Order: sequence, then C-alpha cells, then structure tokens
Amino acid sequence: MGDIDTLRFITCGSVDDGKSTLIGRLLYESKSIFDDQMRAVEVDSRQYGTQGEQADLALLVDGLQAEREQGITIDVAYRFFATPNRRFIVADTPGHEQYTRNMATGASTADIAVILIDARKGVLTQTRRHSRIVALMGIRQVVLAINKMDLVGFSPSVFREIVSSFQAFANDLQFSSIQAIPLSALQGDNVFVPSARTPWYSGPTLMSRLNSMAPASQGGAHPFRMPVQWVNRPNLDFRGFTGRVAQGAIQKGDSVCVLPSGLISRVKGIVVWQDEQERAGEGESITLTLEDELDISRGDVLVAQDSQPAVADAFQAHLLWMSEQSLVAGRPYLVKLHAKELNGSVSTIKHKEDVNTGSHLAARTLELNEIGVVNLTLSQPVVFEPYKVNRPLGAFILIDKMTQATVGAGMIDFALRRATNIHWQSLEVDRTARAQLMHQRPRCVWFTGLSGSGKSTIANLLEKQLHAERRHTFILDGDNIRHGLNQDLGFTVTDRVENIRRIAHVAKLMTDAGLIVLVSFISPFRAERQLARDLFAEGDFLEVFVDASLAVCEHRDTKGLYAKSRRGELPNFTGIDSAYEAPLRPELHLSSDKESPEACMRRILEKLR
Amino acid sequence: MAYDPLESESIEIIREAVAGAERPVMLYSIGKDSSVMLHLARKAFYPASPPFPLLHVDTTWKFREMYQHRARMVAEAGMTLLTYTNQDGLAAGISPITHGSSYFTDVMKTEALKQALNLHGFDVVFGGARRDEEKSRAKERIFSFRSEGHRWDPKNQRPELWNLYNTRIRKGESIRVFPLSNWTELDVWQYIQREAIPIVPLYFAKERPVVFRAGTWIMVDDERLPLEVGEKPQTRMVRFRTLGCYPLSGAIESIATTLDEIISETFHARVSERQGRLIDSDQPGSMEKKKQEGYF
Repeated sequence: MGDIDTLRFITCGSVDDGKSTLIGRLLYESKSIFDDQMRAVEVDSRQYGTQGEQADLALLVDGLQAEREQGITIDVAYRFFATPNRRFIVADTPGHEQYTRNMATGASTADIAVILIDARKGVLTQTRRHSRIVALMGIRQVVLAINKMDLVGFSPSVFREIVSSFQAFANDLQFSSIQAIPLSALQGDNVFVPSARTPWYSGPTLMSRLNSMAPASQGGAHPFRMPVQWVNRPNLDFRGFTGRVAQGAIQKGDSVCVLPSGLISRVKGIVVWQDEQERAGEGESITLTLEDELDISRGDVLVAQDSQPAVADAFQAHLLWMSEQSLVAGRPYLVKLHAKELNGSVSTIKHKEDVNTGSHLAARTLELNEIGVVNLTLSQPVVFEPYKVNRPLGAFILIDKMTQATVGAGMIDFALRRATNIHWQSLEVDRTARAQLMHQRPRCVWFTGLSGSGKSTIANLLEKQLHAERRHTFILDGDNIRHGLNQDLGFTVTDRVENIRRIAHVAKLMTDAGLIVLVSFISPFRAERQLARDLFAEGDFLEVFVDASLAVCEHRDTKGLYAKSRRGELPNFTGIDSAYEAPLRPELHLSSDKESPEACMRRILEKLR
Repeated sequence: MAYDPLESESIEIIREAVAGAERPVMLYSIGKDSSVMLHLARKAFYPASPPFPLLHVDTTWKFREMYQHRARMVAEAGMTLLTYTNQDGLAAGISPITHGSSYFTDVMKTEALKQALNLHGFDVVFGGARRDEEKSRAKERIFSFRSEGHRWDPKNQRPELWNLYNTRIRKGESIRVFPLSNWTELDVWQYIQREAIPIVPLYFAKERPVVFRAGTWIMVDDERLPLEVGEKPQTRMVRFRTLGCYPLSGAIESIATTLDEIISETFHARVSERQGRLIDSDQPGSMEKKKQEGYF
C-alpha cells in the first residue's frame, strides 16, 4: 500500500521440482512465518513431512488436507511476504498436468514467473507446457530456478546444459529476460544468500532478482479505456458510470466516446468518495459522470474520443481449454469479455499447438489442457483490443451454458472483420407484417427424442391438422435434411452439433417468413437445443420431448437402425453408443409409449392456441 | 491521494459480484476486516448506498462493545441490517463454554449461516476473509463457488482467470465473494488508519478484566463467563487482534493504544493473529473442514 510497490509472481514447473519448498523457504527467510505457524509445521512434518527430522517447509504452502496426505499441490496457494523494498504476492501453482487450469489461474494475474527445474531431470514436458502458458498469458520476464543443485553436487556443467536446452526451447516464446539461477530451495543456496558452493556463478540470488525486477506494466502512454461495470443511479440527479480504468488516464473535461453506440460527451466529474478528483489513471476504480444524459449500460466501454478501439463480432484467438468435456466447434458457450457477457461459439479450430515443439497440429476438437488457435464468433459486436495491446480488453473466458463452469481461457489476437462492414439489411416488410398477412403467430415446434420414439409421426399428424385449420406450416425432418442441405455431415459429435446449428437457423428464417415450423430431429444434446432456443423470442420456441423408452423404440425399430447399430454397423447411434440428454424443462413432455400419436398431437395443438 | 491497487481491485470485485447477483448480501461480523469491507462497498457505490443488506449471524456471545459498534455503523452507512440467530441452538442453550468451541461454532455459526442464507435466498454472499489468515484460505478463489447445501469442494474449484469472474450459478447454488483476498493484516491496519475507519475499541489496548486460560487471556465481558475453581479475574493491559465470541477470543498483552502503535506491533508480531482464535485449532485441518461444511 502507498509507498512500496507490489510484485506478483508465480512458481511453476513440473511435479516435485520443489515449488512449494521454495516458497516455504522464501517465507521462512523473509521472516514471514509466525512462530505458531512454524510450530504447526514442525508438528505436521512428523505426520506428513518428507524431510526426515527437518521441518518440511512445503507444508507451509500445501494447505489442503488432500495435498498434505498425498504430498502434492492440487490448487494454487497465494502467499504474502515483504522485503523493505516491496511486497510480494506469490502464487504457488501445481505441477501435475491434471491441474493445469489451476496453474493458469495463478499465471493470469502474475507479473513474472519463476520456472523451476529439477537439476537431476532437466527440462520436462510439464516445464515446456508451463513455459508456454506463461508466455501465452503475456508474462515476459522469467526466472529459471534450477533447483536441487545439492543433489548434483553443484555441478556447473549440469546447470549450463539445462540453461542452454531451455533457451533453445524458449526461442519462440518471446521472453524479454530469462535469468537462470542455480539453487537449493531445501538448503537455501542462492535463495537469499549467495552460496559458497556455487563459486562459478556470479549472478544474483533469487531474492535480489525478485527485488530488482520491474512489475509488468502495459508501458508507455495509452489512450483511455474503461469498461462500464455498473450504472449508478441513486436518484434522478445523479447518473454515474463505474468501472476500473483498463488503460490510459482521464481528466475532468476530457471528451469521451461510448462504444459500441458511438455517442459522445465530456467528463463532468470523477467521483471516488466524498471528494471528487481531477484525474484518474490506469487501474483505478472510479465513477464517472458525464455532461450529457446518454444511454449507457454495463459492458459498454468509455474511450478517448480521439483514439477509439475497434468493434467486432468475430476474432482469431488463442484458447486454453480447461474442461474434461472437449471443445466442439459450433457449440454455443457464454463468453465473458471485460464487463460484457454474451453468446458465442468457436466457429473453427484452426490448429492446436504441440506443447513440446510449438508446432501446429490439425485438430477437430480441443481436449483438456490443450492450447489452440481458434476463430470465435459472437452474437453481437463488442469493443475489444488485442490481448498483446490491452489485456483487460483482450482476455475472455468461455462458460459452459449447462454446467456454468469456466471451460476456456482466451486471448484475442485480432478481429476477423470489422462489424461495421456487415450491417444487417434493414427490411421494411418485416416479420410482423408477414405474420399478419398469414393470420398466424409464427413459431418453432422442436421435437426431440430417440429414433423411433414417434417424432415424425406426431409432426405429420400435427401438420395435417394445422393445414386443415388453414395455417401455414413446414416440416424440417432429420432424414430429409441429411439428404440435401446437410449431406456433407456425418454422425460424430462435431457433425451433430453442426447439423443442429444449421437446422436451427433454417427454422429461424422460416419463422421470420411467417411459418409455423415443425422440426423433427433426434437432437440429442442439450447445448444445441439451447442454441436453437436462444435464436427465438421467448414463447416462440416450443421444445416437445417425445419420450419413449429405449426398449420400446428398439422394439419398433421402424428403420432397422437399432439392429444395425447392435451389429456394430452404425457407430455413434443415439441411445446405443452415443448419449441422449433428455430435456430438463421442455414445454411439453409426451409419453409416446403410453399415449396415442393422435392424443400427443392434440396436446401440442392445445399448447399452440 | 496515490493510486492504491488493493483498494481498486476490491472495489472492482464488489461491483462485479453485485452486477452478476440476484440477491447479494454482505456478511458483517463487526470486526476490523468487516469494517474495511463495508467501507470499500460504500466507496464502490458512492453516492448511492450499497445495493444489498448486511447480515450478522449473531451467536449472542459477542462482546458488548461489538453490539454497540454495530448499531453505530449501520446507522452511518444507512444500510439494512439483518441479524440471524439459530433459534434451536439458542433454545437448547448451546454455549461455547459448556459445549466446546467446535460444536458451538457448528451450530451457532455454520448452521445458523446456512439457515439465514436459505431463509432469504441469497445467491451472492460477501465475506471479509483474507488469504493470509490461514492455510486453507490461501487456497480459495475470490469468487468461491458453493454447491447446493453451501458446500465448498477444495479439490475442484472453478478456474479464475484475470479479473473475469464467473458469476453464473444454477438454482440452489451460491457464490461466496472475498474482496479482501489479497490483503494482509498489515494492509488492513494501514487502510483503517488512512481512511479513518471506525473500529471496535477492543482493538486498542486498555486495562480489562481477564483470566488466563488455554494459554491465552480471556476477557470477562459479562457474568455468563463462569470462573473455574481458583480462577480470579485480574486487570491487565490487553487488546484483541481478532474479535469473535468473547469466550473464544484470546487477547494479547499490549500497550498499543493508537493506530500507529498497533501498526508497529503488527509489523513486528511473531505470532499470527488467529492464534487467539480457539476454533482454528480444535481439530487438524480444522478451518478447511468447517469451510467445506459451509463456514466462512
């Protein structure tokens, strides 16, 4: 706080490179361990320790019971210590590949990285993976801590060999500095005090290096940018726009532009607390008031009027995948980019990166802990800047719409096209006009269920009935569409997602044309049915779950597909070797193995009235 | 005033949590961390009042001076204060003295907190915990996800990248938000001084009636503290580094009567502030277990 600055760093590297021990050592030597905490470690060391009679300093950091029992680090721990020059926040990150997302969590807020290497093992795949993630997150300065030098007799040749092999690997990672230090976290060599056992090393100790490194700053003068977090309207006389300055500075009287609307005004006041201030800089949380009454909401960005960032809805981005469920192109996710949350999807996976060599590999999906380059498409244009230019405006996360879990961490490289180039053709004869002419409310009735559950039978009955009532209808049927529009698609998960995406959009166009559209598709995945639902206004989309047990469907086997699948001739068949995710809250749930198709049809008809 | 990254980060966190919440609430425990958190919330939404109520889970065993301070601060902030006491526990006469700290905390704090959250349907709950306090807290996210039943799963936390906090939850789930995650005890004291934040007088050294128990000084705050055989209250110059229920909060001997002296004492302290908290050490991995059950 105040006069001394803060440096945030992580320790990373492979399993058992001694990360937790090193932090324990830093805390211990900086006198940041209280006596009662040290006594607790001494007691714990007898139970869980790996250092015989000595206190196991790693236990200062591995705070979870499961970690202490297994002697590993599962999740990132944040610890604090200070020297007279500065305060440090250190994130001790786990080395296991399984917990890479926790390592990425620590790296995303770090200024610098201390990459540990076990002198006996040298550069490992995990060392390379972590180094790559560190570089991806934009960390430019690293310390290469070659640890456990005591176990290789403080050999200078071992040290030099590891350093040169790391440098050869890190060539394309664009680190601005790599300081290699030979040390022993366990015994303290070159951590705080220069070691007498490495007379051949004349560089800094780890602590003196950490004390002298500059915290990462976005450097230089940047134009003002502030995403609006919250609109503060306590009464009619006050309308403030709160947020944290992402880049640049702002002063009373400055002209600002609101994006994406493009409205312009001047800063009337900068409110922080009871006193107003004249000026605010990068990183400050403030409330701005403007001269004019403008319509501004959360997710808009206030920017310097004379230097505006771009607005776009499609990007190339680097993406770290963090979920056991693989990334599927076309599947809708929730995207959070600065204060904006909106729908989006990865339209293309361009390639994934080999963690060892950095070479580009062709990929149809991204699996847990993989890094890829993708094209991201959003449901509306957003204000952004490339991650390398402006981290707060270029970083995003992907959230699974079903589980609400954070599944991807992304960094925007550049926009694929400017949104300003793709104005929607504005049409004077609109959806409402067309619907009126047809005397009906256009809707989409979406039948989902196993093959043989009776979707098409019921849809056909319904269409006949609606037709008799002089309604304008159309049926989109799975089998028929696969003969035409979607004949290029197979039955893998990726193709099934694309299949549904196309059908959903066709159905949307048809309702815009005024029709009542009956979609009859197995559509086994919730995420894609949600995608379809999201295209329609509330109430215009009816999800009808045609529910018959697998046994009944298989018994019917109208198309002979179950038999074929059982013989192994039809891979990825829903219900047999591919999952069917039943709807959680369909508008209608029909038990087609108990009710007649006619009765089922009547129930839909009632819903439509 | 110079830019304070800790303060700005906390304010950003508070605003982000509120923007993503349907029914937010701030846990207010009257202590110094709560006082700082409340101050930050007031700054985040100034000139409006913070758009959420305060919730005090009252075990009924707080120091008398804490109740006085609570009344004063709620009036000053112009916010709604909800208090909640586990009525079953109260009726059963659950006391930290006769039932032990572990059972008492479970019934009157953890259980009470869960009851209060369920009663009001709060989905986002602010707490003043700091990562430097305790080893399992050092592991916790700023936005800490709780499953239905308020359980914390330390082995499967959501990744939390940059300042992009995922506030999405399903029905019945909730999020605990810790705006002071990256603050240390010293940061808290320096901020209290700089911002002139009112705190409970028990933090300042004064001659108080105490007895020496389980290696620490326990204050005789009212007649409910039964004296053990041979125990006689004595007057000592003491103060508290943390405040909880008075039979469970140990005082330290100190002559620090000003903020400057407290800061200097904190800077040179050789034992942790939670050492005086008996509930941290009543079983191994104690705090982690309590947190898994829903404790803050």
